[in-house]
Amino acid sequence: MTITVRPSALKRRRQQLRDMPAATGRGLDDRLQLASPGLRTLLNKVFPDHWSFLLGEIALWSFVMLLLTGTFLALFFDPSMEEVTYNGSYTALSGVEMSRAYESTLTLSFDVRGGLLIRQMHHWSALLFLAAIVVHFLRIFFTGAYRKPREINYLIGVAMFWLAFLLGFTGYTLPDDALSGSGLRIAHAIILSIPVLGTWTASALFDGDFPGTAIMPRVFILHVFLLPLALLGLITAHLLIMFKQMHTQWPGAGRSNRNVVGERFFPRYISKQTSFLLIVFGVIAALGGLFQINPVWLFGPYKAAVVSVATQPDWYVLFLEGSTRLFPSWEIRFPLFGEHFTIPTLFWPGVVLPGILTTLVVAYPFYEARKLKDKQIHNLLQRPRDVPVRTGLGAMGVTFWLVLTLSGANDVIASTFDISLNATTWAGRIGAVVLPPLAYWVTHRVCLGLQQHDRQVLSHGVETGILRRRPDGGFMEVHQPLGPTDPHGHGELEYTGAPVPKKMNRLGALAPATRGFLAPVERPSTPPTEPPTPNGYEGTEVAGTDQSR
Amino acid sequence: MTSQTPSRRPRSRARRRLGSSVRLLAALALAGFLYTAFAPGLAAQDQPLSPTAAEGEELYQRNCISCHGRNADGVEDRGPSLVGVGEAAVEFQVSTGRMPMTRQEAQAQAKPPKWQGEELERNVAALSAYIQELGGGPQMPAGTDLAESAEGAVARGGELYRINCSSCHAYSGGGGALSSGASAPSLAEATDRQIYAAMLSGPQNMPVFGDNQLTPEEKAEVIAFIQHLQEDGDPGGVFNLGRFGPTTEGLAIFLVGIVAVVFATLWIAGKS
Repeated sequence: MTITVRPSALKRRRQQLRDMPAATGRGLDDRLQLASPGLRTLLNKVFPDHWSFLLGEIALWSFVMLLLTGTFLALFFDPSMEEVTYNGSYTALSGVEMSRAYESTLTLSFDVRGGLLIRQMHHWSALLFLAAIVVHFLRIFFTGAYRKPREINYLIGVAMFWLAFLLGFTGYTLPDDALSGSGLRIAHAIILSIPVLGTWTASALFDGDFPGTAIMPRVFILHVFLLPLALLGLITAHLLIMFKQMHTQWPGAGRSNRNVVGERFFPRYISKQTSFLLIVFGVIAALGGLFQINPVWLFGPYKAAVVSVATQPDWYVLFLEGSTRLFPSWEIRFPLFGEHFTIPTLFWPGVVLPGILTTLVVAYPFYEARKLKDKQIHNLLQRPRDVPVRTGLGAMGVTFWLVLTLSGANDVIASTFDISLNATTWAGRIGAVVLPPLAYWVTHRVCLGLQQHDRQVLSHGVETGILRRRPDGGFMEVHQPLGPTDPHGHGELEYTGAPVPKKMNRLGALAPATRGFLAPVERPSTPPTEPPTPNGYEGTEVAGTDQSR
Repeated sequence: MTSQTPSRRPRSRARRRLGSSVRLLAALALAGFLYTAFAPGLAAQDQPLSPTAAEGEELYQRNCISCHGRNADGVEDRGPSLVGVGEAAVEFQVSTGRMPMTRQEAQAQAKPPKWQGEELERNVAALSAYIQELGGGPQMPAGTDLAESAEGAVARGGELYRINCSSCHAYSGGGGALSSGASAPSLAEATDRQIYAAMLSGPQNMPVFGDNQLTPEEKAEVIAFIQHLQEDGDPGGVFNLGRFGPTTEGLAIFLVGIVAVVFATLWIAGKS
């Protein structure tokens, strides 16, 4: 028996397949009335194309990865403080008494298929999440993207940083290994150091004294439910506002405060973002598979008597560790209403300092707008060099933060580079005071210098590399003006804060370049039919190649 | 008034003098006797050194005498007295290359030992014998595999290690900084005998873990754990980031993670 397919049936099937997307769309629209101006606006939202606008997406996709891997981990992790004896496959801990939380972390790592990989991916994506948040914040700050109308999103961003910070810290705490126990102990001490409120808050959080058995389930609920929920809400708000407002863009030809030059959300931007999501996932998976992170099995279960040199928090908490290490041990004691009060040292570097830093970050956009009496809507970014004071202040903040962060790891630095620990502490103390102003001054000068060079090119033109000898014997370089010139030969283009071409290649000396991986791919240009002929140079070869074409 | 009580006739001056000198002589004789009885070193010094120790003495005079002095009783601001440090200290310091020291600094640095192979073993034994015979002190057990008795007690050794050692040598045995330029070394290269000798003698900033603090069996367990740490490998991946914990992990997320993803943004934004 043979089966014969009639050609007409095949044809019909092919036709049906071709119509499927349209049919599906029509079917959906019939039922849900999707086709609306709103959807059209959404799909047509224009995103400008620049790598620095993708930094926030790194954070977004690592958060998605955190949710996915975190869900897997939650299936096997048990936040109980019940004392158990370990009998799993990691022999170096067999028979050791530990909490159920630590035991389930070990089981998750060694006895669940793929558990260690997922745990490491979760931790790496947490680090990447916070790193991306910080890098994204720096982009926003240094380009002035926080100016009106984007202050709300800026504030949401700062709030999200602190939520992510808490999420990271609670996640660091959960395994209940010796490292996380030491971290929790420091957090407990910081809470205790707050005058009046501290003792009450600490005992309410820990249900009594440290550590107790209540804290771990509470931290767990914070880590897997409350904080992610709050973060998810803020991410939604952040993205909605971003969609509602126009996207910022760099100034340039054809770009103004009222338009956005780029590509539509659908289909180009969304397909790019899908591939970017997969790249971020890939990087996280590679990190999780290749780089060992947080080897809790080496640290052992938390015991109050156990501590190690090089006990550090994850990198985003390191600046507080550093401030604590650098701050002099000033303890304030005073009598009040017949009682004796103490403000422990830890209060200043642990509570006041992050408070001041956050206040400065939150207040800066409003301070700047007020100072400049600026009530305009800004959709064009500013290049860092064009606002030297802001860039300098930013550099100052980054330097201060870097000094604190490095000081947080000063024992590792001391032992790795064979420096005295005391010397690194003093280097940090002096550095925290001296380096930020220095960074401000250097950055300010660099910004002015870069501006100066832009102005110079606008006024005198681009260096061509062609040297001429003057009749008096001196040499001069021929400059190519960028636009019309005044009688003195000076360019008449205004300084607008947009990039200024500084190479002849960008002015058509070479053929229009295609965009390459990092820099434009420049090919030798087809020689112009009338080559610029400096004296004594005749274009015979050029003419020859022209004919051959 | 005691004039009522009958008193003996006062002794003549000559007799009084005689009595006191006899008592003085007796006291001196007693003191001398006690001194000889309780100061064995005096007698020991007179004993001839064993042949190995004599060889050690020769080595000592060539390599150590400039800092530790003629009778190993130390030179101020240069080297401590070696009387009573025992062979454990000699074995640790010489076999790890710490002694002889290159220069005076916060602490002696480990370096390739002055001698190699069998020569090193022989010279360490000779110097150990010399110092031991000179002033006694903690002695080392024999053999090279000192953790043999603790094969199955790695986990217990781990608990002891975390309580006694990790505060300076770190959880993973990588070592760390101490104050004023001193540091706890990494245990990665340490042999069983070196670890044992270090615990017994407490070199430099390290406290002594005598047999009252950690019994020989417990010492064996700690050694078993330290050696297990080295052989354990890293289940978490190809790169262990020095087992430093969060510090190097933070460095890695920027140098590897952020760099890789930012390259991806450059690529994606460049391909439009």
